[in-house]
Amino acid sequence: MNPQLLLNVTIFLPLAGVITLLFFPKEKEQLIKIWALFISLVTFLLSVPLFCSFRSGVSDIQFETLAVWIPAIGANYRVGLDGISILLYMLTAFMIPIAILASFHAITYRVKEYMITFLFLETGMLGVFSALDLVLFYIFWEAMLIPMYLIIGIWGGPRRIYAAIKFVIYTMVGSALMLAAILYLYFLNHNFTGIYTFDILKMYQLSIPFGKQVWLFLAFALAFAIKVPLFPLHTWLPDAHVEAPTAGSIILAAVLLKMGTYGFLRFNLPIFPEASLYFTQLFFILAVIGILYGALVSMVQDDIKKLVAYSSVAHLGFVMLGIFAMTVQGLQGGILQMINHGLSTGALFLAVGMIYERRHTRLIEDFGGISKSMPIFASLFLIVCLSSLGLPGTNGFVGEFLILVGTFMVNKTFAVLGTAGIIIAAVYLLWMYKRMMFGTITHEENRKLVDLDLREVVALISIIIFIFWIGIYPSTFTQKTEASVNHLIQRVKKAQVNLQLENRVLDFKSFLSFLADDNKQAGGK
Amino acid sequence: MISVNLQTSDFLGILPHLVLSVFGILMLGLGVFIPKSKHKWLAYIGLFGIILGAAGNVLLWGQNYSAFGEMVRVDQLSIILNFIFLTTAAFSLLLTINYSEFVELEFIEFIPLVLLATTGMMLMASAGHLMIIFLGLETMSIALYVMAGFRRDNKYSLEAALKYFLLGAFATGFLLYGIALIYGVVGSADLKAIMEYFTKNSLDANVLSLIGLGLLIVGFGFKVALVPFHMWTPDVYQGSPMPVTAYMAVGAKAAGFAAILRVFIQSANFISFQWADIFWILAVLTMTVGNVMALVQDDIKRMLAYSSIAHAGYLLVGVVSANDLTIPSVVFYLLVYLFMNMGAFAVAELVGSKEEKKTKINYFHGLGYSNPFIGLVMAVCMFSLAGFPPAAGFIGKFYLFSSAMQSGYLWLVIIGVINSVISVYYYLRIVVAMYMYKPEEGAEKIEIMAGTRLVLLLSILSILYLGVLPNTFLKLFYLF
Repeated sequence: MNPQLLLNVTIFLPLAGVITLLFFPKEKEQLIKIWALFISLVTFLLSVPLFCSFRSGVSDIQFETLAVWIPAIGANYRVGLDGISILLYMLTAFMIPIAILASFHAITYRVKEYMITFLFLETGMLGVFSALDLVLFYIFWEAMLIPMYLIIGIWGGPRRIYAAIKFVIYTMVGSALMLAAILYLYFLNHNFTGIYTFDILKMYQLSIPFGKQVWLFLAFALAFAIKVPLFPLHTWLPDAHVEAPTAGSIILAAVLLKMGTYGFLRFNLPIFPEASLYFTQLFFILAVIGILYGALVSMVQDDIKKLVAYSSVAHLGFVMLGIFAMTVQGLQGGILQMINHGLSTGALFLAVGMIYERRHTRLIEDFGGISKSMPIFASLFLIVCLSSLGLPGTNGFVGEFLILVGTFMVNKTFAVLGTAGIIIAAVYLLWMYKRMMFGTITHEENRKLVDLDLREVVALISIIIFIFWIGIYPSTFTQKTEASVNHLIQRVKKAQVNLQLENRVLDFKSFLSFLADDNKQAGGK
Repeated sequence: MISVNLQTSDFLGILPHLVLSVFGILMLGLGVFIPKSKHKWLAYIGLFGIILGAAGNVLLWGQNYSAFGEMVRVDQLSIILNFIFLTTAAFSLLLTINYSEFVELEFIEFIPLVLLATTGMMLMASAGHLMIIFLGLETMSIALYVMAGFRRDNKYSLEAALKYFLLGAFATGFLLYGIALIYGVVGSADLKAIMEYFTKNSLDANVLSLIGLGLLIVGFGFKVALVPFHMWTPDVYQGSPMPVTAYMAVGAKAAGFAAILRVFIQSANFISFQWADIFWILAVLTMTVGNVMALVQDDIKRMLAYSSIAHAGYLLVGVVSANDLTIPSVVFYLLVYLFMNMGAFAVAELVGSKEEKKTKINYFHGLGYSNPFIGLVMAVCMFSLAGFPPAAGFIGKFYLFSSAMQSGYLWLVIIGVINSVISVYYYLRIVVAMYMYKPEEGAEKIEIMAGTRLVLLLSILSILYLGVLPNTFLKLFYLF
């Protein structure tokens, strides 16, 4: 099949799966689970040729499809992948079957509805990473909120309703302002070029005056920073993670958070390069606070899931640090670290889910000496923990190293502070591991724990393969991103020249003048 | 100047209106001869009349002329809006059949009233003259006053009717006074003549015309429930029988906006000058008050009432922009609004069951499981009302806001999207109740009659279809 078609097929195959699932009888739960797994596996297998045929060394969009969709407003159906999105696209396709596999025993009620929402979610996420039209992107971005909200709210823990509403409202606040910015950009583009279009690549060619750029940048950045989540907008994350079912947490950590960082790479840096440079310091500071704060808070958690949730804040801080370093190493490390975090933290949540299914508790103090009763689990869990804290030879090391090198070239202080985060990560992960796995068995229930079955081992091992693959030979993945990253950096570098000439005052008065400057259209369409 | 020589094309221009009013009047008499047990047949005859009316409307498709001098306009706007009104009427008749299972209704009067009210709405949309707008508005309103009080034995219904009538009568008075003042200034109530007058003369030149237009805003604002003319809405919506509420929420609002479009956008373009300020203030107030008040409602009908106020605010954002996106975006939103609200009210009616006793939100607990189809329809309607893609409500809002942005109302768009976020909370409350709570004790399968099932199905399919492929409808505006 030609790759263009393949891309479209993989985006919408899960949706087709949703439609087929509607006709399954409710009672055949096992069949529904297997069918959903099958659909998601086929989606993944079909996306592998995309990765293989993706030409590295080219910064252009590949596998592009362009079709007229809503000519009345100038929105097109345009999808494609470039070096920035290809890895995230693959990660999404890869993590969904694992998440579905993880739900086989964990989800005991309303299985059909669960699988339907999950596959719907998959289409939304694949769409976000491949959309090249602002309207299309926004639709996928928002549409994916609904299934996640339902997954947390219906299959979640005791405080699930609170967590689900908090998740939706937080995300909506950000994306509502982004919507306003998208519309503004649309008419701005028309003012410059005379064309009505929502095409993202056309927006790259705009040179927006600095006074407008900063506010548009902030509107987009708010939406993405909430999603990342960047300190201090992270408070929805622990709630959502703790209450979500295992598979929900896996997808939340592995894919949803990446949409935020992806948004910065896809929109903020290339469309508003001057503003991105202008705000570099701010984002450095927030990222470093996130790294240190996330790590320190993780250390004192007594709930494993909360610990992993806060560690996400720290890891995503690294990604943001790499992105805003705006060096080749930093950006490549940032992209790679997105994948790494997806794999490692996804695996951590998976492991937490496995132990929770057995003991129905997530408190660290309820465990101890598990390695005796569950040796396979203990060894796999150790690998995952080590990869999360960035041991050389695992994926985490490569990503964090690249990010720190990239940051060091720009700002030594933040690089050093970031390194401190790695050390603390080792403390909280290993300490947690020690308390859970080693020592004497203090709770009688832990003595009789059953070790992992084949299904669980397969799920964990398939992630661990990639943990080592990236750790030992990262070029398979980094070479695909290199050209696009270079292209992006060049664009930002060009802006650096402009920035010196610009008026840098930014206060409430300039905001009012931005509002009043009415970007008005002469005549209209 | 009305020409005396009437031609066939004149009558053809009001064919849908004629069909509906003739059916309405004939059915009043016909009802007497039909035995009480067969009264549901009247609803089917009414539906037949609506279909004939729609067929008449199809005949007009693609035409653009004035009938009866400049009295009646036949154009893109009127034809598309006529379809919206006819669909609204058909949907509420279908709901009425089901409703009569719960509450005893006199079909003999009820069905003709729906047809006559629809005639009024269609007149408002086709008006080329202020008197026609007034005629349509009164035909619609008087029928609605009666319909609001149709449950004679229910004090809330009577309260609704009385409140609606008293306040409505005042609003009509304002409107008429406004028309009189404008007539006094311009020397004609013909919309075309008014437009010509105001392109030649500045609006400020005559303070009477300013006052006149202000009074028109009050009159229309009352019908579409703009803040601060919205006080009647929650009580009337709550007290009226459910199919009437649905009909009123969708039809009367669409008719009011049709008149606003005719007078303020098409005719005089006043809005882009002196009136823009008033309109955006009203839009901000309407959106914000509607959404904030809806947050605290425990009754589904009251919540939908405040939500309908909020939606009038969004629609007004489209009106404020006064550019060439205004009419397509407002009409598209009205169409989407029709399906979202009809779906939601149909579900509310089914859940309300006998004597509309179960309108509190806690009766929705577990609905998604005890009645999956009803729950799904309600969920889609709520997501659409909240403006989540891929439901049509998103594209509708997007289009309205992009119209405002085109005219440079960035801050109005910001206020609009923030309001959207507020609304998410109360719409999702219903979804939370339906899917995240256990069903109430004794929750049972609700029986749905074929007609209501059709309404539910058409609503959900249209919402999704218009959300994914809005162009099938939007391109109509570039056809004529």
